[in-house]
Amino acid sequence: MHEMSLAQSVREIIEAAAHEQGFVRVKTVWLEIGRLSCVEAEAMRFCFSAAMQGSVAEDAELEIVDTPGRGRCPQCGHEAQIVQVYEACAQCGSYGLQVIDGDAMRVKELEVE
Amino acid sequence: MCMTCGCGSSEVLIRGRKPAAKQAPVRFRLHESAADSGHAQRIVKLEQDILSENDRHAQANRRHFQQHGMLVLNLMSSPGSGKTTLLVRTLEALRDSCALAVIEGDQQTEQDAERIRATGVPAVQINTGKGCHLDAQMVGRALPELPLPQGGMLFIENVGNLVCPAGFDLGEAAKVVVLSVTEGEDKPLKYPDMFRAASLMLLNKCDLLPYLSFDVDQAEAYARRVNPALRIIRISATTGVGMADWLAWLQALRTKAPEAT
Repeated sequence: MHEMSLAQSVREIIEAAAHEQGFVRVKTVWLEIGRLSCVEAEAMRFCFSAAMQGSVAEDAELEIVDTPGRGRCPQCGHEAQIVQVYEACAQCGSYGLQVIDGDAMRVKELEVE
Repeated sequence: MCMTCGCGSSEVLIRGRKPAAKQAPVRFRLHESAADSGHAQRIVKLEQDILSENDRHAQANRRHFQQHGMLVLNLMSSPGSGKTTLLVRTLEALRDSCALAVIEGDQQTEQDAERIRATGVPAVQINTGKGCHLDAQMVGRALPELPLPQGGMLFIENVGNLVCPAGFDLGEAAKVVVLSVTEGEDKPLKYPDMFRAASLMLLNKCDLLPYLSFDVDQAEAYARRVNPALRIIRISATTGVGMADWLAWLQALRTKAPEAT
C-alpha cells in the first residue's frame, strides 16, 4: 500500500517525540511491520530514507522488526501461524481466521542522542 | 515503484518459483547504554502505531459526522468498476428523500464531481496528485467546502485502487467495495485487505454476465473466504437490478448509524 505516506507518518511521529523528549539526532529507528499489515518491508525501506531527509532521523538506520502472522479459528479456537488472512484453519478447515498477531505497523523505539 | 505511495512493482513473491530475495533475518540489536558508548545516547520507547495520526483525524471526522446525524460511506474499487455510475444512480434514487453530498477522490480531473453535480447533489473533488488514496485529513479539509447533509448521507468515492485505500480510516460508518464482473473472480484473494476491510461488496455490471465467463459463485466464495461476514449484493447500475437491495442496506444502516460508527 502506501509506504511513502506511511514513511512520512513515521517522520512526524519521530519529530514529535524529538520535540517532546529533547533529542536532536536519531541513530536507529525500529519499525515493527507485521507480515499481515499490508506494508511491504522493501518498499518501506525504499521510502524511509527519502522521507527522513531534513529531519532528526536523516541518517538513521532503519531496523525492521518482522512479526509473523498468527490467526485464531473462530470455530474451533485453534491458533497457528498464518501467511494469508484467507487461509483455512489447519485443524477444522474453517475460513475467517481472526488475526491475533502480525498486523501491526508501529514505531517501536528509537536510539537517539 | 510509485515514489509517492510505494505502490507498484515491488512484489517479492513470484508464484511457481523459489521465493526470491528472502529477507535477511531481522537484527534486533541489544541496546548499548549511554555509558558504554561514551555519548549521550539513549533508547526512546514509542510503540506508536504508524497510522495513529490518520486515526486521530478519522475520529475527529467521525465525531463531526455523528454531531450532524450523517451516515458516511467510503466507496472503494479498482478503476473502471462502475463506481461513479453506481453512485449517480444511487443519488438519483435517494435525492428526493434525504440530504446528500459527495466527496470524490481521483488523482486528476474534476470529471467525476461534475457527473455528481449534474444530479443536483453537491460534490467536492479531491485531487490527490500522485497520491493513491484518500486519508482522513484530506476528508476533514474537504468538509468545509460542502453543504453538510444534516441527517442525510455523505458518500466518499475513494481513488480507484484495490490496495491503498483499505488501510486508511476516513471516519466512515462502513466501507463498501465495488467489484465488477468484467474483472477476475479471484480479485478478493489477490487484494484481500480491501475485501477484509469492507462491510458490503457490490458485484456490479451483472447485466454483462451472459457475455462473460465470470464465475459469480466462485467470486463470492473467495470474498467470503477473506471476510465471512461480508454482505454481497449482485447489482447492475445500468439495468437497476439489485438497486433495491442496496438502497435497503443503506436505509438499514442509516437507522442505526449512531451505533454503526
